[in-house]
Amino acid sequence: MGNITVKKIDTSRPMTFLERIYIWEILRGLWITNRHFVVNMFFHILNLFGIKTKRKGAVTIQYPEEHRGWHRRLRTRHYLARREDDSPRCVGCMMCETVCPANCIYIVAHDHPDPNVEKQADKFTIDMGKCVYCGFCVEVCPEDAIRMDSGHLEICSYTREDMIYHIDRLLEQHHDPSDYKNHEEWMEEYP
Amino acid sequence: MSGKEKKTVKTVIDGKEYAFPQGTTILEAAKSVGIEIPHFCYHPGLSIAGACRMCLVEIEKMPKLQISCHMTVDDGMVIHTNNERVKKARKAMLEFHLVNHPLDCPVCDQGGECNLQIYYMMHGNYISRLRENKVKKTKKAFQIGPHVMLDQERCVLCSRCVRFCQEISKSNELGIFQRGDREEIDVFPDMQLNSPYSANVVDICPVGALLDKDFRFKTRAWYLESADSICPRCSRGCNIEIHYNLNRPWKNEGRRLARLKPRCNLEVNDWWVCDEGRYSFKFIDDDNRIEGPLVRTDGKARNTGFKEALELAAESLRNSAASTDVEIAVLVSPRAANEELYLLKHVFSEQLPGTRLVFSSATPFEPTEDDILRKKDKNSNTRGAELMGLTPDSAQVWSLSELKDAVLAGEIGALYICYHDITGLPEEFSAGWAEALERIPLVVYQGTNTCPTSEKAQIIFPAAAFAEREGTVTNFEGRVQIQQKVFEPLSEALPGWQIIQSLGVALGGSYEYESAEEVFADLAKNEPAFAGLSYEKIGSGGFVAKDAKA
Repeated sequence: MGNITVKKIDTSRPMTFLERIYIWEILRGLWITNRHFVVNMFFHILNLFGIKTKRKGAVTIQYPEEHRGWHRRLRTRHYLARREDDSPRCVGCMMCETVCPANCIYIVAHDHPDPNVEKQADKFTIDMGKCVYCGFCVEVCPEDAIRMDSGHLEICSYTREDMIYHIDRLLEQHHDPSDYKNHEEWMEEYP
Repeated sequence: MSGKEKKTVKTVIDGKEYAFPQGTTILEAAKSVGIEIPHFCYHPGLSIAGACRMCLVEIEKMPKLQISCHMTVDDGMVIHTNNERVKKARKAMLEFHLVNHPLDCPVCDQGGECNLQIYYMMHGNYISRLRENKVKKTKKAFQIGPHVMLDQERCVLCSRCVRFCQEISKSNELGIFQRGDREEIDVFPDMQLNSPYSANVVDICPVGALLDKDFRFKTRAWYLESADSICPRCSRGCNIEIHYNLNRPWKNEGRRLARLKPRCNLEVNDWWVCDEGRYSFKFIDDDNRIEGPLVRTDGKARNTGFKEALELAAESLRNSAASTDVEIAVLVSPRAANEELYLLKHVFSEQLPGTRLVFSSATPFEPTEDDILRKKDKNSNTRGAELMGLTPDSAQVWSLSELKDAVLAGEIGALYICYHDITGLPEEFSAGWAEALERIPLVVYQGTNTCPTSEKAQIIFPAAAFAEREGTVTNFEGRVQIQQKVFEPLSEALPGWQIIQSLGVALGGSYEYESAEEVFADLAKNEPAFAGLSYEKIGSGGFVAKDAKA
């Protein structure tokens, strides 16, 4: 291992008189906050009376209770789709595992009881902590079994183990269109 | 080869003139100059069928395209293997082959090594014009023998498998039934594809119609890496390829070795390998592999690390040697590589003079033999041991029964066992050994897997399996062939020659071999039968030891 040298840069400067008396800076901050409030309020009131202005008032979205609508092309968490008879679509061909640039898909296949299907995934595991959301797996799937339109984007957990999604967890999920509101409409509503 | 010199003929292939021996087929001739002509039914080891029509080429002055697998080159022939007419014919043939092909590549194990896939990408690439429904067979994949699965829908009717069963295994289980688009490969009624060479049809099948049941769905062909080796299962020493997977340990229950495939060597095994050999690799990734050097005290085995185990073994062996009324015996295995045998012979005779060598070629396997490949002797290196004078022909070396008599008479103070599972041998060899082993004060076992014999040993050294170490084996006709090191030994295991060398060092000798190749260089110097041989000279095809045939 080579030695790492860190160059220290001193960016501090002596405070001016106004900064030192403190109260002036507080007033300045209050002025900025209030200016934003009044300006936004002004545009919202105009909007309320139906007067169109080029500039729109700023909007605060109450995340996580509320969030922006997602574009219909947004890639969200993977899930494994099912056939009409509710059996998994996946045939364990390992194309997604092969194409995955992050090597985060782990498949073990075995025989399917129906000889016309022949093969199915015994284990299908995705390490969400490694996934780069490139969507190659969806693109390459010959059975349209793995999809990335579940509408779940917030993937978080307290442990790394919880980031590993096994087949039952991936099959539980399905497409949830509620968050895939029409993006254009949403943009219209909250520009 | 007949005495007569073969006439050479001058032929133009794709605009260049070449000379070939007369009688060479156009396909083989083109292959020898680096031009691949696509084909399904042609196989160099089988008769010519001319069934697939994929290898069509244009020969000037011939009105129709000709099949290059059957047509031989001749003087003044001008052949085009890749002009527009040939390409069009190829594309049309491919379209014809794919009319009823199910396109279930995602679930087909042949995917990635399938000629139909390769040729479609190279020569087809058309948009399907087929409007009719594909002909479906009543059964999808089903088992036709202990090792082979058949899927008739995928079959291109090249008849390679049928010809194999007629010409090579001569067991005649497979045939072509029905006509037209209902034509299909199947086993004859009341028969099973259960000849000892059945799984070779999987290798020669150009598509995914015949697949290996053992390998089925375990992994994908493109995840596997390949290394050359020699089959350890009998004294034929068939050339094999080891297909292994180290990068994706979650596949196949963590087994590293996925399958064995035959490697063409016209001097040894042609293109084939028997089923016994093909499925003989399971022990390498078994749960009962010995993972570390064990020392057993009061019935409890404990991993002490190599240093302590070697020192203990050396000390105990020296103590036995010091005693005048008991002897030390070393049970040499004909399954060990030449390098191990050489070191065993030298280390024990130099460090513990008077050590008795014992040799047995008995194996727990059934002594099957035929005139295709299988040999009765199921050891990979009996001939090597013979050439080094380690077999009971020489008065110095005992047989297993002589050793047992000596043990029962209490004359053996210590026994060093290499690879042999004495108690697991057939009754005629193993009888009485379970008790006999307990009468030996010190048993040292060097082997790959835990077995009843190793359970009786006080000191156990974990040895690397044939795919985990480099080494040479000598087949029944004296051909010395290299087994490459394919992957690292399991946990603490070491190659056999390294264990014996370390023991020699612990006994006070100085042995400083860095690799199996160095051991072999010394072996070639000191053993007259191997004179002049080196790893470089042996190469991938093997080399017959000098006076092996005498």
